[in-house]
Amino acid sequence: MAALDPLRLTARVAKRLLVDGEVSSAELAKVYLDQIAAVEPQVRAYIRVTYDNAAKYSTKVDREMQAMRGPLAGLPIAIKDNMVTEGVTTTCASRILHDYMPVYTATAVRQVWDHHVVMLGKTNLDEFAMGSSTENSSYQTTRNPWDLATVPGGSSGGSAAAVAAGEALWALGSDTGGSIRQPAALCGIVGMKPTYGAVSRYGLVAFASSLDQIGPLTRSVYDCALLLQHIVGQDPNDATSVALPEPVALPDAERLDGLRVGIPAEYLAAGIEPGVRARFDETIARLEELGGTCTPISLPHTEYALPAYYIIAPAEASANLARFDGVRYGFRCADPVDLLDMYERTRGEGFGPEVKRRIMIGTYALSAGYYDAYYGRAQKVRTLVRRDFARAFADVDLIASPTTPTVAFKVGSRTADPLSMYMCDICTIPVNLAGLPAISIPCGLSDGLPAGFQLIGPAFSENRILQAAHALEGAIGFAPAPTFCDSGAVAPDGARTEARQ
Amino acid sequence: MIGEDDVRYVAKLARLRLEQDEAARMAGELAKILAHIDKMSELDMADVPPTAHVLDVVNVTRPDKPRPSLSRADALRNAPAVSDDCFRVPKMG
Repeated sequence: MAALDPLRLTARVAKRLLVDGEVSSAELAKVYLDQIAAVEPQVRAYIRVTYDNAAKYSTKVDREMQAMRGPLAGLPIAIKDNMVTEGVTTTCASRILHDYMPVYTATAVRQVWDHHVVMLGKTNLDEFAMGSSTENSSYQTTRNPWDLATVPGGSSGGSAAAVAAGEALWALGSDTGGSIRQPAALCGIVGMKPTYGAVSRYGLVAFASSLDQIGPLTRSVYDCALLLQHIVGQDPNDATSVALPEPVALPDAERLDGLRVGIPAEYLAAGIEPGVRARFDETIARLEELGGTCTPISLPHTEYALPAYYIIAPAEASANLARFDGVRYGFRCADPVDLLDMYERTRGEGFGPEVKRRIMIGTYALSAGYYDAYYGRAQKVRTLVRRDFARAFADVDLIASPTTPTVAFKVGSRTADPLSMYMCDICTIPVNLAGLPAISIPCGLSDGLPAGFQLIGPAFSENRILQAAHALEGAIGFAPAPTFCDSGAVAPDGARTEARQ
Repeated sequence: MIGEDDVRYVAKLARLRLEQDEAARMAGELAKILAHIDKMSELDMADVPPTAHVLDVVNVTRPDKPRPSLSRADALRNAPAVSDDCFRVPKMG
């Protein structure tokens, strides 16, 4: 077997090695399980590693190669732990679902399983996908392999860190306000949120149903397209899922001649760090070298998107999370005196602080007398945000922005102020409100940490986005790999403390 | 402005037991978040229709035919308490 570097290997190359017989599926799985053994104590990307499954299933793929072939067969994958997997616990990183054993499998996961991918495990997240750092996990905080003192982003921080750290070849995540793109940016990998409805949400534990989408986290744009190809499609079990008007194509573009890209002034005003801004400007210059034209545009209601999101997402969450009541599954408090006591204590003890905050905001916004002032108004803002995008896409093919205003921040540096954490998603949230597809690709380093470049397209323009991202990826030639260094922790008050693991 | 009494009232609606210090902290945090959210009131949106759904999808239905569903055993598998093939809960207060 050729020596494989899990920090650099792509699915595209791994598949070629498998097909050529250079490596077996079992050997490939072992590369990742060995890397997990080596770095997981520091990174903590997984809530559960399915060692037995990975070893046994990859061996089975090797043995039954004739029956179990296809573009994904034998390639190891990590799954965010908010997608239900029959026979493998699904926790949503919440105490309330501790040891929950699903009795069915999410459609998107079923689709990749049916293509004989090898599941390595379930990855960490902010509890119920509510957060931007994985610090809201009730199990562990995942660390960013580029600097173990910093967060990997979130909420799909476990999936992003696993891919970046070579603990997975690729992964599935979910994105409600940036939860795929933001951690992909902070971890120096590719992450895509498809058009709302492109991927079935059946079996994705619901956070905000009108915003949630499953998507890929990968090491290349090609891999992203390859994985996306296999998870899209209409699903009778998700009434909001739709068939894409054209199949997802594997990207091959090297030039971007004639591509019109808009740069929204409002996104660049949103407190972008100088280093992130510099990498963004360089990438725009590359885009023009490839034949694209860039023009400034305006998305005038951008500043209202975050307030609207923080009504709509919590409102939907407060309804979706009503099902966790200690009756049918999950945690139940000890010795309840009556039914109401059981509901209240089960939820009070079972949910963490951020989830409670959002349930409270959502319940407040939907309560009698406040509906019009909050939820009604937020849904109108959503219309204005959609109109902004529609107007912009009359003149441009794609919109470009930094994915996040900053590179990875220190663990603990934003937990004391929920609003400062919400600001991480200022460039990604409007995309979810409008249901649009968007990708984040790494565009260089700032202070040794990755910066992300976001491309947003009209609904169902996945192929256009992937082609543009692929050509840009080639021009950027992002080469560095994470170092697993540790710059030392910073306490919430800013005081420097001893580096800890 | 949201105060501690509002927090307790909303927590009751949400079936969420909050500890004493939790309710006090929550009041401060929610006030700050809601102040940010109030930015929406700067906009005159009298003529703007609310977004109910981002795609043109209406009335998705399927044939009304019986099909296999979760077995009783599977449905009860994760229940904290079961008796006589039913979910068991404490008495009503």
